[in-house]
Amino acid sequence: MNHTIHFTVNGEPYTLAVASHHTLLRVLREQLVLTGTKNGCEAGECGACAVLIRWPDAERFEPVNSCLVLAPEADGAEIITVEGLAQDSRLDPLQEAFLATGATQCGFCTPGILINARALLDRNPDPTEGEIREALVGNLCRCTGYIRIIDAVKQAARPGKEVA
Amino acid sequence: MMKQESVIRRQEAGVRSQATDTRSTDLPVSRSTNKHSLIGASPQRIEGRAKVTGAATYVDDMQFGPNLLYGALKRSPIPHGIIKRMDVSKARALPGVRVVITGQDFPGYTGLYLKDRRIFALDRVRFVGEPVAAVAADTPEIAEQALELIEVEYEPLPGVFDPEFGASPEAPLVHPDLGHYECVPFIFPQPGTNISNWFKVRKGNLEQGWAEADLIYEHKYRVPHVQHVPIETHVCVAQQDVNGKITLWSASQSPFAQRNLIAKALNIGHSQLRVITPYVGGGFGSKAGVSMEGAAVALAMHAKGRPVKLRMSREEEFHTTFVRQGMVAHIKMGMTRDGRITAMQNRFYWDGGAYTEYGVNITRAAGYSGSGPYYVPNIHVDSFCVYTNHPVGGPMRGFGMAEMHFGIEQHIDQMALQLGLDPVQVRLKNCLKEGQETLTGMIMHPTGLSQCIQKAAEAIGWTSPPAPPLAGEGSRTSPSLAGKGAGGLGDFAEKGVKGSGASRHKRRGKGLAAMWKAPAMPPNPGSSAVVRLNEDGTATVSIGGVDLGQGALTAMAQLAAEGLGIKIEDVRVNTVDTDYSPYEWQTVASRLTWSMGNAVLMAAEDAKHKILQTVAEAWGEDINDLDIIDGQVVSYKSEESVPLKDIVVYGMQRPDGTWVGGPVVGQGRFMPEYVTPLDPETGQGPRAVVHFTTGCQAVEVEVDDETGQVQVLKIVSAYDVGRAINPEMVRTQMEGGAVQGMSTALLEGLILHEGTPKNPNFTDYRIATAVDAPLETENIIVEVPQDDGPFGARGIGEHPMVPTAPAIANAVYNAVGVRIDSLPITAEKVWQALHRQA
Repeated sequence: MNHTIHFTVNGEPYTLAVASHHTLLRVLREQLVLTGTKNGCEAGECGACAVLIRWPDAERFEPVNSCLVLAPEADGAEIITVEGLAQDSRLDPLQEAFLATGATQCGFCTPGILINARALLDRNPDPTEGEIREALVGNLCRCTGYIRIIDAVKQAARPGKEVA
Repeated sequence: MMKQESVIRRQEAGVRSQATDTRSTDLPVSRSTNKHSLIGASPQRIEGRAKVTGAATYVDDMQFGPNLLYGALKRSPIPHGIIKRMDVSKARALPGVRVVITGQDFPGYTGLYLKDRRIFALDRVRFVGEPVAAVAADTPEIAEQALELIEVEYEPLPGVFDPEFGASPEAPLVHPDLGHYECVPFIFPQPGTNISNWFKVRKGNLEQGWAEADLIYEHKYRVPHVQHVPIETHVCVAQQDVNGKITLWSASQSPFAQRNLIAKALNIGHSQLRVITPYVGGGFGSKAGVSMEGAAVALAMHAKGRPVKLRMSREEEFHTTFVRQGMVAHIKMGMTRDGRITAMQNRFYWDGGAYTEYGVNITRAAGYSGSGPYYVPNIHVDSFCVYTNHPVGGPMRGFGMAEMHFGIEQHIDQMALQLGLDPVQVRLKNCLKEGQETLTGMIMHPTGLSQCIQKAAEAIGWTSPPAPPLAGEGSRTSPSLAGKGAGGLGDFAEKGVKGSGASRHKRRGKGLAAMWKAPAMPPNPGSSAVVRLNEDGTATVSIGGVDLGQGALTAMAQLAAEGLGIKIEDVRVNTVDTDYSPYEWQTVASRLTWSMGNAVLMAAEDAKHKILQTVAEAWGEDINDLDIIDGQVVSYKSEESVPLKDIVVYGMQRPDGTWVGGPVVGQGRFMPEYVTPLDPETGQGPRAVVHFTTGCQAVEVEVDDETGQVQVLKIVSAYDVGRAINPEMVRTQMEGGAVQGMSTALLEGLILHEGTPKNPNFTDYRIATAVDAPLETENIIVEVPQDDGPFGARGIGEHPMVPTAPAIANAVYNAVGVRIDSLPITAEKVWQALHRQA
């Protein structure tokens, strides 16, 4: 069965016919061809598919695993994917920090981690190391060992300051 | 006269830019150039921007249009059995199903070293999850339905679920036809048994070695199956065109090996199969060779030109592609009172699983490395690859070394402590030094192993343990316990775990482990590279190796830029397309920087030589007076210069108005030509391998003696990388590898019950998260150059996870006095051991 949904992705409004059993992840990747959001487990366990979502009537964006959201649920929501983090060609400070610290290797987990880190800094601009680790606990990375990712988030939170 | 010629040159090179003239005064004209070197610099990864913006395209991101078919595999639910009957008619009849194929359609054997498997099981299944048929349908949902409509009747057979049992005469045979399989000459299957390879080392005189020893100690260590867990699961798309040519887009470490193996298995020409590999979301060995890609190609051959995608679910990824083999190690070692190793007798039983793409060579690698990184004059090693009804064992970062060192490095500690010796000093005494013979009779090349051990020990704050000799094996005295919790460990206690300092139930300990690893490969794996110059003076580098995140693209860009004399920003490096990329054996064995790096450097130098030849002829100068600096050809003699963009495609005009040169293409290749065969009975030979990368890790842990929970506070890694082309990327390899090693040490293990995986998901199979990662890492680069590496470089990709687990096990012992001899070192095991101790 199909539903028609209206939602906003990276600032662009869309009206789409979606299958009721499809996930938001599938709609983003297959119907909108926003393939920066990755499919790592389809069970909400790896965080590769994280996007920012503002539900209708909600005040702020929150991170969500898009593999756990059914497409019809996204009706009326605003969504930001990794493609929406940079403004024009100006990278988000997190993206700059990921490059500077070497926080990305294979890059497959990177979009989801950037999304969760962005959500963290939006609600807590100066997190402790423990808070950064807790915020990223749902994002699996097999390459980096996380240390550089944690450094990158610190650096983005406090640009110019020495990162220990 | 000279001056006049210069003027003429300037006029004739009509396209020469003004910038050249303004810059020419700044050009260094001394031959002792202070040319900026890119080697040892750490430019950011060249594909980084694409990866942080979501623009980087992986196979699953590629668009194939509405014609795309979705493939799915029908899998065996039982570990061992005969296929009595299969009926696919109902699946074929389902609307939207376009292809259904079975083992009958593709009966040929395939395999990298030992051809023991088919794309689909034909008459017998040997592991849970083995493909028996495949479908391709218009949607993933229809494909799933079709799988359910395939009827298969099995007659179960008794299984083999333990490698030691599998190697015994009582075990049922998993491959009764083993004697008929095709095999490379350095693998030794034992027909009539389940042993697919038996690698032997016989060196020195064991009896004499035992006689010289003051302490002989024997123990058994066990390592479970683990999963690589690339965050991108295996995925590929295959399509056949109207001429019969097949294109395979594949998330692969081995595009050329896939082309080779699949072409042979399907009996098609190599140029009839094209493999394209874009960015790859992690591999760690799992995407080496061929796992499910043959099935996608087989489906495409029946799909009437439509592309077919085959993508593994996370559950499939856990046990149907490759797993790291389980292993049981029997280690026996003799040591003198002063800590000299006199003898070793080691037996390794590898749980190779149902088939052996790489397992036989992992077994071989463990055999020829079976002493650990030590000089052992008297040694026997028997390394057995054993068929079981478990998932197929494949290569994983470390290629057997992590598994093997888990036992050896604990054994060394245990014996040192029993003798009242410092484990660091024992390692320094025995570790291989330049000129000593390895266990296979190869003379050790220059190596920084001693430095690595010393630096790692120093960085962790190792203090010579005042170990009272343990009263036999039963003693539980831990040498460093005294003073624990009172900040006696210096700076360490200050940093504490989440500010907790040292609580009453938390005890800290330090441990250390050394390692060695050679690239495990056939004697002659080749690399090649092409460097093309573009109209704007930039260079495009074509390679056949894959960047899985390790940074190969960036390292190759550095080498090409350095070899040519241009800026790294002016180098593009292509991802792999076998129709356009030059040959590369595989992206495995930590060999790319070394082997492919040699080819790229040679190609860049070849291009440079061609450019300078052209300029020399046009200017009438000696080529030895010319150089390329920052994208300009300069003459040290005439102080002339010309930018590459003016000459690398169009050539140059001679004084007489004719032209010389043309589009510049440089090529390079590398293949080791000196590796020798080893004697099948003794494992002896002059040169078993190309080289060994060596290193050491030291860790500090905190163990909660109420819960058994182990937290890793700090990991120090020190490796001899020969020469770090990109030191920051080397450090990220060390750090990422150490955490992966920590994850396998504390958390990971595939739970197999009668061959059925019980935890194929991230909830039940945990890997380390940001919360588990150590509080601190230190990554130390030691550089003792490799004689045939580019600028002296050797590989470092896999090594960082090899010694982590034994280092942690040794630290746990140091903290609480219990020795955990099987992985993972779970809280439960530590707690139980503590209770047994009390």
